[in-house]
Amino acid sequence: MTKNKVQKESFWERNRKSEGYLLKKKASSVFVSIARFILLFGLCFLILQPLLNKISVSFMTEEDLYNPIVVSIPLHFTTENYEIAAEIMNYGKGLINSFVISVTISILQIAVCTLVGYGFARFKFQLKKFWFAMVMLVIIIPPQVISNALYLHFRFFDIFGIIKLINGGNTINLRGSAIPYYLMSAGCMGLKNGLYIYMIRQFFRNIPVDMEEAAYVDGCGVVRTFFRIMLPEAKPIITSCFLFAFVWQWTDGFYSKLFLSGVTLVSRSIANIVDGLAAYMMRILGTMATVSIARSNCILSTGTLMVVGPVILLYLFAQRQFVESISSSGIKM
Amino acid sequence: MKTKAKKKVAGLEKRKAISGYIFISPFIIGFLVFMVKPFFQSLYMSFCNVELGAGQFNMVWNGIEQYKYAFRVDPEYVRLLTEELLRMVIYSLAIIVFSFFISLILNQKFHGRALVRAIFFLPVILSSGVMLGLESNNQLIAMLQQQVEDVTTTVSITDGLETILRTAGVGVRAFEKVFEVIDNIYDVALASGIQIVIFLSGLQTIPKSMYEAADIEGCTAWESLWKITFPSISSLFLVNWVYTVVDFCMRSDNEVIEKIQNMMIAQQNYGAASAMTWTYFVIVIAFVGITSLLISKGVYYND
Repeated sequence: MTKNKVQKESFWERNRKSEGYLLKKKASSVFVSIARFILLFGLCFLILQPLLNKISVSFMTEEDLYNPIVVSIPLHFTTENYEIAAEIMNYGKGLINSFVISVTISILQIAVCTLVGYGFARFKFQLKKFWFAMVMLVIIIPPQVISNALYLHFRFFDIFGIIKLINGGNTINLRGSAIPYYLMSAGCMGLKNGLYIYMIRQFFRNIPVDMEEAAYVDGCGVVRTFFRIMLPEAKPIITSCFLFAFVWQWTDGFYSKLFLSGVTLVSRSIANIVDGLAAYMMRILGTMATVSIARSNCILSTGTLMVVGPVILLYLFAQRQFVESISSSGIKM
Repeated sequence: MKTKAKKKVAGLEKRKAISGYIFISPFIIGFLVFMVKPFFQSLYMSFCNVELGAGQFNMVWNGIEQYKYAFRVDPEYVRLLTEELLRMVIYSLAIIVFSFFISLILNQKFHGRALVRAIFFLPVILSSGVMLGLESNNQLIAMLQQQVEDVTTTVSITDGLETILRTAGVGVRAFEKVFEVIDNIYDVALASGIQIVIFLSGLQTIPKSMYEAADIEGCTAWESLWKITFPSISSLFLVNWVYTVVDFCMRSDNEVIEKIQNMMIAQQNYGAASAMTWTYFVIVIAFVGITSLLISKGVYYND
């Protein structure tokens, strides 16, 4: 108590000595931090609110949706929505497919991008600047520009007319299978791959050259140096690029629509969930049924949650890896 | 003797160059097969009539008919194009300003900074791909939202302010755009996750001593913002600007893209779809090029 008093007195004393400057400074800093809190709280709420809203809606029965008293806490708690959404979206199968495709695609993409990034960071060769400019071009040119040509390319797939010869004048239709996308990923042309090359190159450039040179002097070959010495060093950037690749692949609509239309993926089934609901209702009731807007919105929210759920979990555990890779690579352009 | 040594060095360099090429060869192959070829094919297609047949497709040269179709026959394209481009300019500006402002705040020291940073980064992950515009894609729900907006008469602050300013009669159209952005601040916040992190990483490299020196010399915080902070991270404005504009074009709720995909998959009109894509992206890339040239003139490099 007395200690507090002493401190307080000394504050006013100091304030008097500084002719009111100290008080003014203190007041302004308190004001700034309050204003900052309000602003940031508001913005964070703005970002989180749709998510929270979806969570509360997903547990409501249809009755609750129309009840004006019920705002955010459901009166009749139910998990029925989850069951319906899971059935419409074919969730179990979609989840497994999405998981397998996302993991394999991102492993492939990151493996190839690491090789390319290392090549750009450490070797001198002719036309290096030109090829790196092409990487930049790949980042800038949206895949939509070439999507129609790619579509036809894989619709009537052929390698220099060889397949036509074997298959009796017919090309094969690779659309609907996952093969084209794996091929593209192996060639660094998948979703945002230019960005990964750029980030990985940036990271390798910041590693000192000494270790590699020591390895070379000791008679270690290029390939072995890369796998034994550089790869372990680059673990952080590789993990974070992998996380990005996984997450973006998980929610990707563009490439999935173009190439993977035959595969049940959560990102594709969520886009059609409302139409699916109408069909589902018809099947259950046996007659034409119109689904109310509130109901379809509720199912859509539930489905969205089920799609982003795994991603949110991943983000909760690996938040640092996501953010730090960007901050470490963005500085030098 | 001398020549031999020289030859050996040249051989080593050559070997390194070859291994360099081997390392980047996946990119070169992928680039040639999946980028260059479709790129020119798509360009060629935009001057053709594409006819799909059994097991093959034919392209018949058609001059600039498809472009004529896109601009003069198609009822929606021109309207969508101008709307989307205008939206792109306004939102990219808003996103840059917003993310700069937020990163300035997040660079200060306060409790819970890590949490706030994590929340601001969340949209990068959640609102990517199909998740964006899922509600507006759904016609029923979009209709309902429209109805709710029409019916509700809740007082909004921006509405009130808008009325006041409109009666004051100052630059009405410009204000309307500003209000539109403010009303859609949610979209802006969602799209600025990566930009904030990039700005933050730049802000953290500015040495504290510069601010202290400026403070001692009697520089106010406002002045040091423009004289120290702004020049130090001006190169990041360029990075962020390019990223923002490009990112905006790739968003899945982009109406021009939707129109094109519809043209391609539903109507099977590949030629017109190509022509539309090309006009759209030539404009966008020209825009990115010109603006980034202008910005790069203003960028200050320390070294």
